[in-house]
Amino acid sequence: MEPLVDVKDLVKYYPVYSRGILTRKVIGQVHAVDHVSLEVNHGETVGLVGESGCGKTTTGKLILNLETPTSGKVYFDGAPVIQTLTKGTKEEKLKLRRSMQMVFQNPYSSLDPRMTVFDIISEPFRVHKNIPTSEYKDRLYELLSLVGLEPYHAERYPHEFSGGQRQRICIARALAVDPKFIVADEPVSSLDVSVRAQILNLIMDLQKRLGISYLYISHDLSSVRQISKRVLVMYLGEIVESALTSELFDHPIHPYTKALMSAVPIPDPKRKMKIILLPGEVPSPVNPPSGCRFHPRCEYATSKCSEEIPEMVQIDSDHFVSCHYFEKFL
Amino acid sequence: MHILEVENLKTYFFTEAGIVKALDGATFNLEKGTTLGLVGESGSGKSVTSQSVLRIVPKPGKIVSGKILFEGEDILAKSENEMRNYRGKKISLIFQDPTSSLNPLFTIGSQLTEIVTQHEKMKKTEALEHVIKTLKLARLPDPEEEIYRYPHQFSGGMKQRICIARALLLNPQLLFADEPTTNLDVTIQAQILTLLKDLQREVGMTLVMITHDMGIVADMCKYVVVLYGGNVMETGMIETIFEKPHPYTEALLKAVPRLDQTKELVSIPGNIPNLIELPSGCVFHPRCRYAVDACKGNKPPLEEVEADHSIACIRWRELNGGR
Repeated sequence: MEPLVDVKDLVKYYPVYSRGILTRKVIGQVHAVDHVSLEVNHGETVGLVGESGCGKTTTGKLILNLETPTSGKVYFDGAPVIQTLTKGTKEEKLKLRRSMQMVFQNPYSSLDPRMTVFDIISEPFRVHKNIPTSEYKDRLYELLSLVGLEPYHAERYPHEFSGGQRQRICIARALAVDPKFIVADEPVSSLDVSVRAQILNLIMDLQKRLGISYLYISHDLSSVRQISKRVLVMYLGEIVESALTSELFDHPIHPYTKALMSAVPIPDPKRKMKIILLPGEVPSPVNPPSGCRFHPRCEYATSKCSEEIPEMVQIDSDHFVSCHYFEKFL
Repeated sequence: MHILEVENLKTYFFTEAGIVKALDGATFNLEKGTTLGLVGESGSGKSVTSQSVLRIVPKPGKIVSGKILFEGEDILAKSENEMRNYRGKKISLIFQDPTSSLNPLFTIGSQLTEIVTQHEKMKKTEALEHVIKTLKLARLPDPEEEIYRYPHQFSGGMKQRICIARALLLNPQLLFADEPTTNLDVTIQAQILTLLKDLQREVGMTLVMITHDMGIVADMCKYVVVLYGGNVMETGMIETIFEKPHPYTEALLKAVPRLDQTKELVSIPGNIPNLIELPSGCVFHPRCRYAVDACKGNKPPLEEVEADHSIACIRWRELNGGR
């Protein structure tokens, strides 16, 4: 079966200008996303992990064309997304927008403080006119109960809610247009620990009931393991490894994936951690390292790694890794 | 020997909306030379605990009652002048956000030397040498060069190293680390946690890790104090707490996804309590799956239920009796 979302060779460079008001010259490029390809199948959750600044959020925005990619293609259900959203008719644009939605990281800044919950959730109805005006109310209450809120919440303003409840409102707003695909950008990272599980369970529950596909973007590997079927690991704008969740967490191959996983503290005092400490920090994406971008921090790096860009190699039916020496780590 | 004893500490914030009971009777002891984890969610009173011990609770907050003994001396009875010999010198603090806790207008060399010259009778050149030595201790590469730079020229991880060095400048005996890695990436977090562990071994100080991450606690700490809604839920050795936890700790552990396994997440219903109108009785009872009517009545006292393990829960014995 054809994947629901098919991303091919997505690239986004941001120009860096020299100082000055009248004479601004482009002096470099931020390689935010560099040749990223991924697929999301019907009804599955794909996790995208990486550290801050590695391009996860940009990838999510590019897929929804909230940022215009420098090059690359995105297909949704076989239809070219970028073409439709830039050149299509208004009807076509709205139709495509209805099928792909986004839930943002910070529910404190992604809700308009001057709108009531009713206005917030019904705004998509008014924009898309996907249901008749008379049905607004019924549909809204249906959405509220779907995300675990009460009908009386509709008349309240965002500041009256806790973080977890606000994220529920954001999810209800995204669901208002019956999307098939949602980009969830760190939906739980700004919430309290005891509330995170509620939202993660809600996201998984909605998938079971409505068959929605997710791209779950997060830096928190534990929550990615919990929620995703497949996981992609990003480093400095590139995907370095991708596999089915259990496969990736049990047999990580890329040295970066290994180091990333070893660094997560596990809540169990009996397990002594063996941390692989990475030297230094993520280099600047303006002048990314040559060859394999991870080579300056990799303990196995050789001269080959600094010269040649490694290719994505398939090592199992669903396990891909981009490392010159992957055979050593099998 | 106990380096710090906190007894029935109450720190309230007198706001216009009402009295925020940030700490409502916290009691715990701290053994010298160990690492203690102060665990809790936002609003549980973890940061206020460190602020109270240093007596730097911001207005309109006030320490209402209780006792804080540092090396047997009553901190709350000290004058402001005497407190200067404690802050930074005997008890030090690392803040969560290194970016906002460094002054952007001064080079790190000048802001760190100022601390030394203010507290010790040292010449500027000597002080600078001491700063460089301490920065080396915090594993900042090339401190001789870096002291002439400004905070914005450093990355988050490096800034946190500078903050750690700053906290260690006056050789404190007790160091509070208030969520020192929350703003950092996991690989950088691993670097900072390893650094703190090494430093504790090298310098031999007592460390209090304030965090909401049970993983960090399990990795770093020997003793744990679990806070919820300004109350101590339990204290004890890390192994005992993970084995026979308080219902809140148990719920928290079940609600957090783990890297090494997939499990069903049991979420805790509801939200963290409103500190102005705390629930009656046990503060956790509205969200507790084991709550009975008696939990709504009186606040359960913190009782020692077994060696090195104190719990504030009336049902714990009954729940753990069968085990």
